[in-house]
Amino acid sequence: MRVSITVNGELATREVEARLLLVHFLREELGLTGTHWGCDTSNCGACVVLYDGEPVKSCTVLAAMADGHEVRTVEDLEREGVLDPVQQGFMECHGLQCGFCTPGMLMSARALLDRDPRPSDHAVREAISGQICRCTGYASIVRSVQWAAEHGQHQQQELA
Amino acid sequence: MQVPAPFEYARATSVDHAIALLERLGDEARVVAGGHSLLPMMKLRLANPEYLVDINDLHDELGYVAVEEREVRIGAMTRHRELLENDELNAVFPIFRDAERVIADVPVRNRGTLGGALCQADPSEDLSSVCTTLDARCVIRGSAGERVVSMDDFHRGPYQTAVGQAEVLTEVRIPVREPGSSAYTKVDRRAGDWAVVAVGAAVWLDGEVIADARVGLAAVGPNTTGIPEISEALRGRRPDEEAWRVAGEIAARSCTPVTDGRGTEDYKRHLADELTRRTLRTAARRVAEQVGR
Repeated sequence: MRVSITVNGELATREVEARLLLVHFLREELGLTGTHWGCDTSNCGACVVLYDGEPVKSCTVLAAMADGHEVRTVEDLEREGVLDPVQQGFMECHGLQCGFCTPGMLMSARALLDRDPRPSDHAVREAISGQICRCTGYASIVRSVQWAAEHGQHQQQELA
Repeated sequence: MQVPAPFEYARATSVDHAIALLERLGDEARVVAGGHSLLPMMKLRLANPEYLVDINDLHDELGYVAVEEREVRIGAMTRHRELLENDELNAVFPIFRDAERVIADVPVRNRGTLGGALCQADPSEDLSSVCTTLDARCVIRGSAGERVVSMDDFHRGPYQTAVGQAEVLTEVRIPVREPGSSAYTKVDRRAGDWAVVAVGAAVWLDGEVIADARVGLAAVGPNTTGIPEISEALRGRRPDEEAWRVAGEIAARSCTPVTDGRGTEDYKRHLADELTRRTLRTAARRVAEQVGR
């Protein structure tokens, strides 16, 4: 079947099997391997992308279901060579070690800050509660997101 | 790599269209809403439908919460996140926010729906317990028209409901009785997990005494367990610790938990007792706060 999904602002049309999952559409059809494919059971959150602006686990959405919808992946965070504040925050505060969970963490963080620019630590923890990190113990991820909350506004103004 | 078996995919543009598709495609067709129960089952080949009828486009038609004076009506495509965030709903039935805060996680709540949760009919699922607690009725539509069934009639057994092959659950209706309130408490092993035991409770007061009370348990039997004996024992009593003790005792002996990786039977009965007391206490406190205001 033919599906057309707007991915990172560009319309991607492909002929796919109905059973193709969105995560594999992104990785295999479009070559966007920034979105990681982890547990396959909607537990780990490595595959989180923004779907019409909100985080979803792309291993549990069919590409067919996403036809006509907008998807944003980690590849879209960097703009004109400038990292998104959440990416910068993860660098500043050691929000990653192996990096496997990072794309999903970044997208959930971006969605949280889009809704709530100055979240409490509890709100950050809740936002990433569906995502598993086996390296950091989460504390540095929370600090990274808070770094982005503190510096994001400033950075985006500079970019503008 | 977990991949569903091949199937054909169709999108419904209205409830009537979904019903027509289900009638035409027959026994091997399944409705998919949020997909967070069905797709994992299809990946594990526990479900192998030949056709999927996607009803996500019906969110405009079936995604609503209508709070009316005597009844709250919730569309079946209302997503978990929408239930969590709806202040008007949670002012009347705070049990929804209690439960939604501990159902899975943000990305899952962005997709999963009320109707999908009820139709999956997992004995550990939280919203079935919430709807049982609130004495909800389910509106089921087919080509012959609509019928309205109680939660008791809706639940036929684990993973089985009253919804026929060519029917769609469209709405949940919950009676509003004042003054009353509700609460939900869940014990899970880690954030976002299924319940070890979860308890929903609703209390309605008439002056100094309990006019009615309902308790719905999750994860302690083949079905979401409503316990009429608790309602009978509490009606006419004062809302005090003795009442909650009696209710907890009934809950512990009326449920049928099994020992599994989440805990022993004894532990789960202990939880059923303790959580029943706590949840009734919270619901009664909320009514008192309401009346006090």
